[in-house]
Amino acid sequence: MLDDADAVRDLYSDAIRGHARRPAHRGRPEGADRQARGSNPMCGDRVDVFVRLDGEGKGAPRVAAAGFEARSCEVCAASADLMCGAVPGLGLEAVRGLAHMVGEMARTGDAAAVPAEALRPLSAVHEFPSRLRCVTLPWSALVEAMERNDG
Amino acid sequence: MNVLTPRPPLDLARVRAEFPILSQTIRGKPFVFLDSAASAQKPRAVIDAMVSAMETQYANVHRGLHWMSERTTDAYEAARDKVAAFLGAASREEIVFTASSTAAINLVAHSYGRGVLRPDQAVVISEMEHHANLVPWQMLRDERGVELRICPITDGGELDLAALERLLADGKVGLVSVTHMSNVLGTVTPGARIAELAHAHGALLLLDGSQAAVHRPVDVQALGCDFYVFTGHKLYGPTGIGVLWARRALLERMPPFLGGGDMIASVTFERSTWAEVPHKFEAGTPPILEAIGLGAAVDWVQSLGMDHVAAHEAALTEHALRRLADVPGLRVLGAAQDRGGVFSFTLEGGHAHDVATLLDRQGIAVRAGNHCAEPLMRRLGVDSTARASCGVYTTEGELDALAEGLETVRRFLA
Repeated sequence: MLDDADAVRDLYSDAIRGHARRPAHRGRPEGADRQARGSNPMCGDRVDVFVRLDGEGKGAPRVAAAGFEARSCEVCAASADLMCGAVPGLGLEAVRGLAHMVGEMARTGDAAAVPAEALRPLSAVHEFPSRLRCVTLPWSALVEAMERNDG
Repeated sequence: MNVLTPRPPLDLARVRAEFPILSQTIRGKPFVFLDSAASAQKPRAVIDAMVSAMETQYANVHRGLHWMSERTTDAYEAARDKVAAFLGAASREEIVFTASSTAAINLVAHSYGRGVLRPDQAVVISEMEHHANLVPWQMLRDERGVELRICPITDGGELDLAALERLLADGKVGLVSVTHMSNVLGTVTPGARIAELAHAHGALLLLDGSQAAVHRPVDVQALGCDFYVFTGHKLYGPTGIGVLWARRALLERMPPFLGGGDMIASVTFERSTWAEVPHKFEAGTPPILEAIGLGAAVDWVQSLGMDHVAAHEAALTEHALRRLADVPGLRVLGAAQDRGGVFSFTLEGGHAHDVATLLDRQGIAVRAGNHCAEPLMRRLGVDSTARASCGVYTTEGELDALAEGLETVRRFLA
């Protein structure tokens, strides 16, 4: 049996599971022209991240829209959905910074490390070291997609 | 189910008492370890043999002309005798110690693959190989042009022998290299039948016994294979040691793989000559303590009797399949007639990763992922599975705990 107080109830909170089961950002946004795949060969998680950038040719491009398709566990899918909701308006450097912060939060459990409140439920993963990659996989894919045509 | 199956004469409580780690609790719950196919736990006999060697009898082997080195060499070589008897080898010289099954297969791929196989020949593997019996052959193909042929499996997860025969028909195949027991499906392959087919078409047979050697008595001469590999850590021994068995005449034809100390007869700057088999294949200081640990593990399983181990696991397999069939939405992969205690499954509405985490919180250790068999996962149309696997210490009660734990997971994820 699972204990009521088990940390697993935080990891599989309504906040996380809602995003995994009813994602707001599933699929390729209109006009998306960059994409990258994150795969974890150890567990079989696979997430494709699609992004449309605005402002090309007039300063650093920023995310106009992001979406994803995942064949993954719920933690990875929730992280992808939360990410796609959090990154519009951010340029590559800001996305890199946020990805780093999310990684740190996942590792330490320090939710305050991330300014975007919506992302904070992901901090629950810190109790599950073998699942850290589930949270960070979509973020690495997004950074990779943005870097791909950078400069 | 056959209700007349006699209870195996294995005193399970005593077996379990020999594994110190099993008495632990995990998060206040009994430790239910169902991940032995990845690596098995170690009995007191193995732990003591290794500690005792370090405390009382350790030096480098085959070198020192002193008492301690001679005693250590005796212990190291005694492990070779034990393994030779365990596999039914014709002689102790047919046993090569390697670092792992992976290292043993790589040895064959390098030495036999590059030194004996011709580039116009082919190697056959199956769709259900561990990456360790796939990637070395891909590397050989890419380097030497040897053709790599893939023998399909049936939907039930058995080797398709008719297809194998077709792959062998043109006589180009020099080596068939297949698993003796799938680490994903639990399928036990008919080694002797495969050896007949291979030999009838001029090919040799390598059996990857990483799983099989743990669960069944193995007799390489009765199987009629040409190479057999297994690893120590799945057989209740330490990590860092594996075994390659091959017919002596074959080993003698094969060039060395790694060069260095211990594998030479003489060395000058102009040329070196090789030591006799098996030492020709054991360059450098070998895994001495690990071999001693493996010897102790072999003694230990032999003291139980591999036929008793097999009977115990056959009963567990029957029990597990019956209990898992009752879990709604659960699908066990593979339905081979001859299968061992390895169960990969998917649970409707739950990704394998989530299932494994939720079982772990109940103290139940299973593996989740592609089990180092990505192509097989694709063949089966799944991305990943959870896998429960039995060891000699596994109880029916633990498999009941798994089934109940999966019910909890299912309700939690619903």
